[in-house]
Amino acid sequence: MSPSLEQLTAQFTRLIANAAPPAAVPAVGAGAPATPAATASTPVAVAAPAAAPASPILAVDYALKGYHLDVTVPAAQVVESAQILDRAGFCLDTITGVDWLAQNEMEVVYDYLHFASPLRIVVRTRLPRATPEVATIAGVFPGANWHERETHDFFGIQFVGHPNLKPFLLPEDADFHPLRKDYKP
Amino acid sequence: MIAQKDSFSTGGPGDPSHETFVLNLGPQHPAAHGVLRVLMTMDGEWIQRAEPVIGYIHRMHEKMGENRTWAKFLPNTSRIDYLSAMHYTHAFVGAVERAAKIEVPLRAEYARVITSELNRISSHMVWWGALLLDLGGFTPILYAFDDREKLLDLLEGLCGARLTYCYYRFGGLYNDVDDAFLKGTREFVQHMKPRLKMYRDLVTDNIILRKRLTDIGPISAELCRRYGATGPVIRGAGVAYDVRRAEPYSVYPKLDFKIPTYPQADSMARYLVRMDEMEQSLYIIEQALDQITEGPFMGKVPRVLKLPPGDTCYAVEAARGRFMVRIVSDGKDIPYRVKLRTPSFSNLSLYEEAAKGMILPDALAMMGSLDLVIPDIDR
Repeated sequence: MSPSLEQLTAQFTRLIANAAPPAAVPAVGAGAPATPAATASTPVAVAAPAAAPASPILAVDYALKGYHLDVTVPAAQVVESAQILDRAGFCLDTITGVDWLAQNEMEVVYDYLHFASPLRIVVRTRLPRATPEVATIAGVFPGANWHERETHDFFGIQFVGHPNLKPFLLPEDADFHPLRKDYKP
Repeated sequence: MIAQKDSFSTGGPGDPSHETFVLNLGPQHPAAHGVLRVLMTMDGEWIQRAEPVIGYIHRMHEKMGENRTWAKFLPNTSRIDYLSAMHYTHAFVGAVERAAKIEVPLRAEYARVITSELNRISSHMVWWGALLLDLGGFTPILYAFDDREKLLDLLEGLCGARLTYCYYRFGGLYNDVDDAFLKGTREFVQHMKPRLKMYRDLVTDNIILRKRLTDIGPISAELCRRYGATGPVIRGAGVAYDVRRAEPYSVYPKLDFKIPTYPQADSMARYLVRMDEMEQSLYIIEQALDQITEGPFMGKVPRVLKLPPGDTCYAVEAARGRFMVRIVSDGKDIPYRVKLRTPSFSNLSLYEEAAKGMILPDALAMMGSLDLVIPDIDR
């Protein structure tokens, strides 16, 4: 059972279209990046690369990027996107974060791979930096448990509903998040 | 007289006199191959819950990646999995080359394949020796290290390092492969073939080893998928997933090799996959030695390397499975983010589920068959 890129694209298009209308969904991810509320005291200023892609679903050239499909979903749709990929037989490769300080946003990146096809899918979501919260996908992929704990360690991203979100790689009394761009040792 | 109940005949988990205890394995335990700690809740000899506690050798390589240039981070990547350094530097070099669109000359690509496969053999030899040591056989590790020594001498002659190789450069290699290395590698391949046969006669077909590993620690393909386990673990579950074929890189598409798989999904299957992989690596090296041609070993690389903004992934098949580097650039000469996806991390994450209900010696045999390198987990 080999998934096709077209089928997945259609499923993600439907997913994102369904997510758009309700006002309850926070306006992150999907389209234009949130207002760049750049704090004055931040020395690290980055602009161009942080902008979320214009279209939330991008087919990318594998030879240039190392993956085939780049999907940006609202934070509320992360679990559903994991379920779509789970049904298609995908496997969670890794989860990580990127701190976009200038945009005042946190990005969570989910990498997926498939054992029977060369397809590589990237799902991302943007979270407000002040309250970086996203639902856990450990219920869909148990392997996410450790990846989310690590991402919580490094970025302070809260994975809501995670069974065991305690310090993992950092010391057990660590109250800092070293990969945040404003972290001072 | 009313017979007293002895402590061995409790009525099982429902019995009020039934007790469990916590066994703390590690972080300094010879069977844990480094500073891995496993908190085991034991029901007599049986494991009720085995929770790995990691982070004892965490060095925050990903943070180091954000405060030095692309080139200066390269030696770090060879220190993540110290037994598989060639593959790890290959992934990082490959990611940067992919992002910066640097062309690598063919001679360099063949040299990378030869050294990578040599590294795979040396890594599997350490695993083989250490697993047998765990199971109580002391002799095999002496044979393995004897043969591995020849291989390390070859690589030392080439790049100066015996373990933490930093031989690849963006666009090529640190130096050209010389005739002495190519000749020595050919001799090593010829030397190694009968030795692998001897390994089989001496150890693989040994009845005690078979009894210790067969049907022990089943890890199904579905369990691997849910936890993201790759490498010999997934191939030992009958799935022919190999990054060298799934996401071809370097000159692997030009080379012929089989992906060894065993459907039994037990510790023996993972053992046999690695033993077969050593043979396949020798076969790949032979082909690469035949196909390598004269030519430059370094491509055109800008003096100051600045990558275009955006993210790039590059995955390789390391000795323990899929190693992926995800780099994010903001256009500067230092990385904005370097994510290292290591195989041992995902392979160990299924341990809690897989070890449930096993007896302790079997759980340790299964841990040995996962081939863990703790710095690879902790980074």
